[in-house]
Amino acid sequence: MELREITGLLRMEFLLDLRQRAAWGGMLLYVVSAIYVCYLGVRGALPVPVWNALFWIILLFAAFNALVRSFQREDAGRQVYLYTLAGPRSVVLARTLYNALTMLVLSLLSLLFYVLFLGTDALGEAQVGQFVLVVALGGVGLAAVLTLISAIAARAGSGLGLMAILGFPVVLPMLLSVMRASKGALDGLPWSVNSTYVLWIVALDVLTVALAWLLFPYLWRD
Amino acid sequence: MRHWWKLLGAVLVVGASITALRVPLAPALVHSSADRLAPGEQAFRITGYNTHFDQRVRPYVWLATDDAKFCATTVQVEGTGSLSATFDIPNGLGGQLAHLVVFSPTDGVLPLYDAVWTGDGGTPLPDRNCDVTPLAMKPFDFSFPNRSLLYETIRNLNFHVPMWFTMMLLQLVAVVYSVRTLRSNSLRDDDAALQAVNVSLLFAALGLITGSIWARATWGAWWTNDTKLNGAAVTTLIYLAYLVLRGSVPEPSKRARLAAIYNIFAFVLMLVFVMVLPRLTDSLHPGNGGNPAFSQYDLDDQLRLVFYPAVLGWMLVGTWAFTLKLRLSRLEHALDENDR
Repeated sequence: MELREITGLLRMEFLLDLRQRAAWGGMLLYVVSAIYVCYLGVRGALPVPVWNALFWIILLFAAFNALVRSFQREDAGRQVYLYTLAGPRSVVLARTLYNALTMLVLSLLSLLFYVLFLGTDALGEAQVGQFVLVVALGGVGLAAVLTLISAIAARAGSGLGLMAILGFPVVLPMLLSVMRASKGALDGLPWSVNSTYVLWIVALDVLTVALAWLLFPYLWRD
Repeated sequence: MRHWWKLLGAVLVVGASITALRVPLAPALVHSSADRLAPGEQAFRITGYNTHFDQRVRPYVWLATDDAKFCATTVQVEGTGSLSATFDIPNGLGGQLAHLVVFSPTDGVLPLYDAVWTGDGGTPLPDRNCDVTPLAMKPFDFSFPNRSLLYETIRNLNFHVPMWFTMMLLQLVAVVYSVRTLRSNSLRDDDAALQAVNVSLLFAALGLITGSIWARATWGAWWTNDTKLNGAAVTTLIYLAYLVLRGSVPEPSKRARLAAIYNIFAFVLMLVFVMVLPRLTDSLHPGNGGNPAFSQYDLDDQLRLVFYPAVLGWMLVGTWAFTLKLRLSRLEHALDENDR
């Protein structure tokens, strides 16, 4: 496992995605449609807890949808090729990093569209900087948890259905902490109070990545 | 006697279960007819549970604050669990919560904490002592604590909590076998992990059922949105997902590896969820957010005397069930091999 390997793999992921721009477009369209449906459905200002919950539900499903491709787009041939080029731990770290970047962009874009359609009433008393930080961290956290799950689901040879079943209970600790932290930010809690949750999310991220790093080599070999 | 621990488990479970259902609750006051003091003659009807008011010596009744003890002028016993006490309340009292205390020779001192409010603003409760003659110590009775809200449901502690402990033990066994599966690539280890999960799901179901009944009795709802309860739900979901994952991979050695990886990953995250997260948040459940855990309850050695054997017994019985399931599944595999 080397840094060069990881950066090389990251570059490869990026180039692959650049070539299949439809995938990125699809993800964005998914989020925008979901938000638009909510906009049509609710009409009028939402109370803060509902506004918060709705946002995270949309982002959760967007994450499942975006990350399920992560290991699925590889056919057997390319897998063997990757296997000869790089160690499994580099692969999983590069994938996690790339997915985290994807989710970071996706969650911030989702927030933008969400605010655009559903209004900023809920942000009235919010610590906006804190809220954006939590959204970014939450996106990264979802990516960290779901990368290994996506690899397992891809190995099991089934798609989104299995990934949702496997991922949902595992992602809940992260999701609940993130929702609580973002609720705190929306309620305007001072940083000294809310930082516990934010640090906790970071710790959970680190733990998850460490677990993926530890377990992935066993998944990789056939 | 290789099987002594199975016998021990069975004896402990049967013994602890019978004891848990049969031991009476300690006597306690459960209700008082009034919760406010009004000047003049005021009568309180006090209801007790498992009390013995109608004995030879009449009980004493008083109101207690931190610095004063205000005795009832007359006490009239109406039955084993009911008495009426009349107080002569002076004018101008206020600003205090007082406990209602009954001293009955057979039952000892029975407090009903913060039972009466003296009203806003005024003088504190005066001291009006009555001579409580020290009576013979009450004989030692084996009984469970009688707490408000819990009452008779406190017995459930001896069923509900052992289920979760046993489930966690079996999940620990499963995760150990999963780690072994990854190192050895052996299908036998994988099968052991699966059987441990199967039995642990049975205990999860029992834990959910006993917990749900308890929640209905004490909190008024079958399910509440609470971190501990969410932890229980997530645990159950994880192991159901584990079974679904196994079902969707036909090839045995691949299935073994995928299942082991998911089991380890999910177990660690679940542990974090169940152990750490509740400490960050409030919860109704004992052991969280300022709620006392059962072990801190004013040290009830008598409850512990039943609870610890129950935990040990259920754990042994759970392990026994696991070894039986494992033997059965190995025999089935052997039969399959023979058929071929």
